[in-house]
Amino acid sequence: MNLDLSPEHELIRSTVRDFAESRIGPVAEELDRESRFPYEIVAELADLDLLGLPIPEEHGGAGGDTVSYAIAVEELTRVDASVGVTVAAHTSLGTMPILAFGTEDQHAEWLPQLARGERLAAFGLTEPEAGSDAGAARTTATLDGDSWLINGSKMFITNAGTDISACVTITAVTGEVGGQSEISNIIVPNGTPGYEVSPPLKKMGWRASDTRGLTFENCRVPARNLLGERGRGLAQFLEVLDGGRISIAAMGLGAAQGAYDLAFGYARERQAFGRPISGFQSIQFALADLATEIEAARGLTYRAAWLKDEGREFALAAAQAKLYTGELSNRAVNTALQIHGGYGFMDEYPISRLYRDQKVLEIGEGTNEIQRLVIARQLGLP
Amino acid sequence: MNQGDTNAIEAALRLKEAAGDCEVVLVSMGPDDAINSLRKGLAMGADRATLVSDTGAAGSDIVGTTNVLAAVLTHETPDLILFGQQSADSDGAVLWAAVADRLRQPVISQATSLDLSEGKATVKRQTEYGYDVIEAPLPCVIAVSDGINEPRYPSLKGIMGAKKKPQAIVTLESLGVGAEQAGTAGSRTEVKSLNDPPARGDSQLIEGDGEAAARVLAFLNEKKLT
Repeated sequence: MNLDLSPEHELIRSTVRDFAESRIGPVAEELDRESRFPYEIVAELADLDLLGLPIPEEHGGAGGDTVSYAIAVEELTRVDASVGVTVAAHTSLGTMPILAFGTEDQHAEWLPQLARGERLAAFGLTEPEAGSDAGAARTTATLDGDSWLINGSKMFITNAGTDISACVTITAVTGEVGGQSEISNIIVPNGTPGYEVSPPLKKMGWRASDTRGLTFENCRVPARNLLGERGRGLAQFLEVLDGGRISIAAMGLGAAQGAYDLAFGYARERQAFGRPISGFQSIQFALADLATEIEAARGLTYRAAWLKDEGREFALAAAQAKLYTGELSNRAVNTALQIHGGYGFMDEYPISRLYRDQKVLEIGEGTNEIQRLVIARQLGLP
Repeated sequence: MNQGDTNAIEAALRLKEAAGDCEVVLVSMGPDDAINSLRKGLAMGADRATLVSDTGAAGSDIVGTTNVLAAVLTHETPDLILFGQQSADSDGAVLWAAVADRLRQPVISQATSLDLSEGKATVKRQTEYGYDVIEAPLPCVIAVSDGINEPRYPSLKGIMGAKKKPQAIVTLESLGVGAEQAGTAGSRTEVKSLNDPPARGDSQLIEGDGEAAARVLAFLNEKKLT
């Protein structure tokens, strides 16, 4: 048994950490305050191959493994969750479905520009009244001659409305089979008439990331934009979400580590009753607990990534990692802010941003409750 | 890897990108795992790396280190040898001068810009009051300042491609360096102990009471430092 990361993994971590601390950290507060999408940072991420990290080289990516990808997302989120989710959603949700289910033509049309990070991709599953309950989805796509006619709306979609967004892969009801909705995945390019994105949604956190509602009104795309087999949409997006959970787990891990690091630094500087507060046992125990749980979270997350790299079943591990890191990051930001005292409540202290950015990690890509459902099913419970 | 080394690697890569037909070779002396530091340079874009790793080299002072590095560099016969400003641990900022002396090559330090043409290097050397422009015929040794460039981040493709690049780990024997020339045997200095500098007893604290600036000025005038 060997639990060491490879020298390449370590170099990826130190490179992404250095980049995040020197290029993103100094502007994170301003981007958050202005709710401004970080185009300059995205361009730099593209130069570092961070927007196509696990995509094979023949499609323009860096050909890295899932462990490397998890490390990169962890390190970005440790400094700025908005940047972390931009990378995670583009890669796991936007690009991966096209790689996994696309035809050669679809690969050639979309993957190079996405993997090189010239354009961003989105995945549209959630609807205003249907999240994990995909059977309640109302967006329809009707085959009309050689095109799909799409009507409906999507909600909380990441990366769909930036200046460099290329396309969104949506789930749509394409018919009915045996009294059940037939769900398929369809690629809708940005700029298609009838496809509109809402203004950016106003959010509690992840403010520098792009989150929109989408509407489709008699939106027509070519029949060849069907992604994968007709009627396989449900199975396909469940597979996409399994992989996506690894990146969200990596975000939870990064958020917890970031909060811990801020609290650790502050506790050693802040003086009370004549000594640094890190000298008090109440602070020491809080940090000791967090450090312990973060190591557990790292083990769960990297193991899920490693299982995927090994071509083994990873759905259970990914759901467990996502659930654990989501809840841990909540405890971590709360404890870390508490250690900061009143200053933690001030906007200029990064912990206040990490606190707001954290909550959605327990909601997006399946709530904690849905993770428990997935885990229970994987355990064979009825 | 020292921050200064990444400045030197960046300078070398820019020269290569401008000139085309040349090779950037990283050279270091250290334990086996120092190859992981060199990997970062390979990931940035260097072509290959040579690490001298030998238990006989352990404990080398500047004289021993110079013997070893000069032997590798004599073997490589480069047109240009670049050093960073100084190491991050001992902050010596003298190794480049000692290696140049051993190789009997010209040396220029504190280079804030560097151009190569017609067989010579032209360097702006940063000074306290501006800069000197210095030319030296190639081959020569140049130590770059930390202001010469902003080192690039290695790309992910670069990181993953680095392990496939040639990385030689060589011994003292293969370089023809005798046991008496390296390690503690080849060193002329011996560290007896390391201590913090003594606290300065004569410091004055001037608090901001509205007249602090005037008192600082009076102090500087008294010491003839204005």
